Amino acid sequence: MISLAARDIAHSWSKYVFTGVGLGLLIGVTLSMAGIYRGMVDDAQVLLRNSHADVWVVQKDTQGPYAESSSLPDDIYRGVLGMPGVEQAANVTYFTMQVQHQGKDTRVMVVGFEPGQPGAPPSLVAGRHVTRSHYEAVADVKAGFKLGEKIRIRRNDYTIVGLSQRTVSTGGDPMVFIPLADAQAAQFQKDNDAIVSGRERTAANPAFNRPSVPGLLEAVQASQITSHNVNAVLVRVRPGWDAAQVAADIQRWKHLQAYTYANMEEIAVQKLIATSAKQIGLFLVILTLVSTAIVSFIIYTMTLGKIREIAVLKLIGTRNSTIAWMILQESIGLGLVGFIIGKTVATLWAPVFPKYVLLLPLDAVLGLLVIVLVCTLASVMAIRAALKVDPAEAIGG
Amino acid sequence: MSDTRSNDIPAIELRGLCKRYGSGDTAVDALKGVDMRIAPGEVVGLVGPSGSGKSTLLKSLGAVIDPTAGQMFLGGEAIFDGVWKVNDLRTLRRDRIGFVFQAPYLIPFLDVTDNVALLPMLAGKSNREARRRALELLEALDMGHRAKANPSQLSGGEQQRVSIARALANNPPIILADEPTAPLDSERALGVMGILNAMAQQHQTAIIVVTHDEKIIPLFKRIYHIRDGKTYEESVG
Ligand SMILES: Nc1ncnc2c1ncn2[C@@H]1O[C@H](COP(=O)(O)OP(=O)(O)OP(=O)(O)O)[C@@H](O)[C@H]1O
Ligand SMILES: [Mg+2]
Repeated sequence: MISLAARDIAHSWSKYVFTGVGLGLLIGVTLSMAGIYRGMVDDAQVLLRNSHADVWVVQKDTQGPYAESSSLPDDIYRGVLGMPGVEQAANVTYFTMQVQHQGKDTRVMVVGFEPGQPGAPPSLVAGRHVTRSHYEAVADVKAGFKLGEKIRIRRNDYTIVGLSQRTVSTGGDPMVFIPLADAQAAQFQKDNDAIVSGRERTAANPAFNRPSVPGLLEAVQASQITSHNVNAVLVRVRPGWDAAQVAADIQRWKHLQAYTYANMEEIAVQKLIATSAKQIGLFLVILTLVSTAIVSFIIYTMTLGKIREIAVLKLIGTRNSTIAWMILQESIGLGLVGFIIGKTVATLWAPVFPKYVLLLPLDAVLGLLVIVLVCTLASVMAIRAALKVDPAEAIGG
Repeated sequence: MSDTRSNDIPAIELRGLCKRYGSGDTAVDALKGVDMRIAPGEVVGLVGPSGSGKSTLLKSLGAVIDPTAGQMFLGGEAIFDGVWKVNDLRTLRRDRIGFVFQAPYLIPFLDVTDNVALLPMLAGKSNREARRRALELLEALDMGHRAKANPSQLSGGEQQRVSIARALANNPPIILADEPTAPLDSERALGVMGILNAMAQQHQTAIIVVTHDEKIIPLFKRIYHIRDGKTYEESVG
């Protein structure tokens, strides 16, 4: 027996390919959607991995520093360093800003770090690490800067001395690493007008401007424009110590919030991107429904176009199962064409997306299974129509 | 299948075959007791005005509609006697009845050979054997040179010859042809009739040809006239 489906496809391959391309683009969008979700999860995880920390110490009762804002005095780390099991503890700051590059605005996350401590940039793809304590920066390649270029952060210029890769915020923004002190200054730095008006406001406050206490006003004003805060303290635990135990101790004794890697992962993946994940999940469901509707409609129309042939096939003694199998094969065939095209376009256009699109082979396999299922469901309507065809129709009136 | 079809046993015999469409007030009695006897190798015409029941008769013979009463014998075997006597009408059609239609109704996605070979394939023959049989028939119908063509690349007459080859593919004892010459010019129409006659002779196939076609009517030795659901026999020449 020959394959009726294969012959039919070969006969009307152009129609098939065009429909397959349309379906393929839809499948491509679906796979990209899944890739965007995977990319988001990976962005969140890569940030944690790159931090080289075992415990995150943040402001009490916050889920900082990524999911919520957190602010700590910058001398807290000394106390943390003194806790048992703590090998390293370092201040870090994070803030997001727009930087100008070749006339374009790029959103970056500026990280203030201490060299050699957790929070410092991981291995570089070009250049060197920051060696001076001011005005040098390491930037993620995605920020678009080249070695030696200057990046303006608030009121200062920083020279890019090194480039890192896959160092992004949970939102996928490329990171720019600058020395901690610079970052602290930049984070809380106000523009000149704000400083001037702030000074005036302080001067107008009789509590701070007491003629009897010379120097008080100046001291208060100075304290208002410098910052002694950081967003988190990253801790590395000594080998052999349990990070959860160390975190619990810090939390108890220091009246701070301390999270382990697993806690942070939960916050980053399950809380921070939960809404986006639901959004994408819903989108995937809708795309799957739309694909099912489209495949059903196409296969149904293709079958209606073959009613006469089906009547003849039945008249000359073709089994119903043979006819159903033909339609099912064509439907799945269309799905496979769509999948190949979809997988190809998704792979081709993934790098063009501004954010990371992670196409996992597992997702592709899952997608393929869903497509086969969808095509099987989609052929049901057409098969029912075909089975209802009366062989008498072939004889006519 | 052998060609030793006895002339004593009719290939087709109908006794008082009735078909009523619908029921109650809207019922239509399309066949009101049709009697018919056709010997193996015989080609008979079936003519009648529009609405007289020709298609209904062919559909009953082709086992695609259920007659309401009467008897039907194929090769002496009771096929219908108030109810169907065979379980599998699909196999009956596949193995024992060939169909030729007014329009050739070839399967557009199969080439000429496979259009013909499909029937033996459906009957369980190997692809190779089925295609050999198809080529043999196509050669006999002078269509061997178009064996690899697509149906859409053939003329109307060529398509009709392919559909005749298809009807013959399983070497059925009966062929039912519904206005097979209607879309053809008279030369081609006569050609098709010549082929049907030759095949009937060669394979002892009983052939019923429904027709309105004045040019081929003189070719039949026997004609059944059907009027108002009843048949009247007429012998010519
Ligand atoms: N499915 C049906 N339901 C109800 N009545 C039908 C049906 N098919 C045919 N008839 C009626 O049965 C009668 C015979 O119809 P049939 O199609 O057999 O005629 P015919 O001889 O083939 O006519 P024509 O030469 O126009 O094709 C007609 O009165 C027709 O209206
Ligand atoms: Mg008719």
